[in-house]
Amino acid sequence: MKHLYTWSGILVVVIFSVVGDVLIARAMKEVGDVHELWERSGLWTVVGRVLSNLTFFLGVMAMAVAFFSLLFSLSWGDVSLVAPAAASLTFIGNAFAAKIFLHEKVDRRRWIAALLVAAGVALLAG
Amino acid sequence: MLSQGMKQAGGVSLQHLQGVILALRNPWVAGGIILLLAFFASYTNALSWADLTYVLPATSLGYVLLALVARFALHEQVSPLRWMGIALISGGVSFVAGGPALTSDHRAQCPGLANNASRDSSQAHALSGGAKR
Repeated sequence: MKHLYTWSGILVVVIFSVVGDVLIARAMKEVGDVHELWERSGLWTVVGRVLSNLTFFLGVMAMAVAFFSLLFSLSWGDVSLVAPAAASLTFIGNAFAAKIFLHEKVDRRRWIAALLVAAGVALLAG
Repeated sequence: MLSQGMKQAGGVSLQHLQGVILALRNPWVAGGIILLLAFFASYTNALSWADLTYVLPATSLGYVLLALVARFALHEQVSPLRWMGIALISGGVSFVAGGPALTSDHRAQCPGLANNASRDSSQAHALSGGAKR
């Protein structure tokens, strides 16, 4: 039963952090190249445009939910399982989500990278 | 800009860990929060001109940096398994670093324009094909 709790906690963390990453990535694509915008119309325009973007706001909310569900999961399971599992599954989930929702071209090179990084993070944090 | 973000990411995790360990020692926590904000700013900036699947592996260099700092500045023992993890992450990052940074966005030519809800996927594909050497 405890295992079930722990793994569903990890799943919730992964889902919300993937949703958060995808939303923020999409929001920043809507805002456009920050460097260019900054040079054209100043820092405050950039800040205003990012903060007034609804997608960005939703993304930050999703990240916050992910953070708090991570805290919950840590109270149910061991740090040495929850932290690396959540971190490395997020990398893999993000590769899928970026392909489906952001229409990024996730080629073999990027799949290998996502898997290598996920494995590396699992080893490092484990 | 990306490498600056990475450096901050490493700093963040370091400060953050120490903040947790030395719970509520204010300068550390405050420093950690400021660095965390700086990391987030760099991260969103990178996302404004690069793919998520490009930026995300790159931010994982923060883990590598953290382990190196732990080994050489804090003189912690880093096990062979963790060195292997470092090698895997570095390998993964070098894989994406060799490819194009942006493959998805056909609005790249007109940044800042309002979101045209329907993405023309065929055009996006053609573009990404072109971007890939």
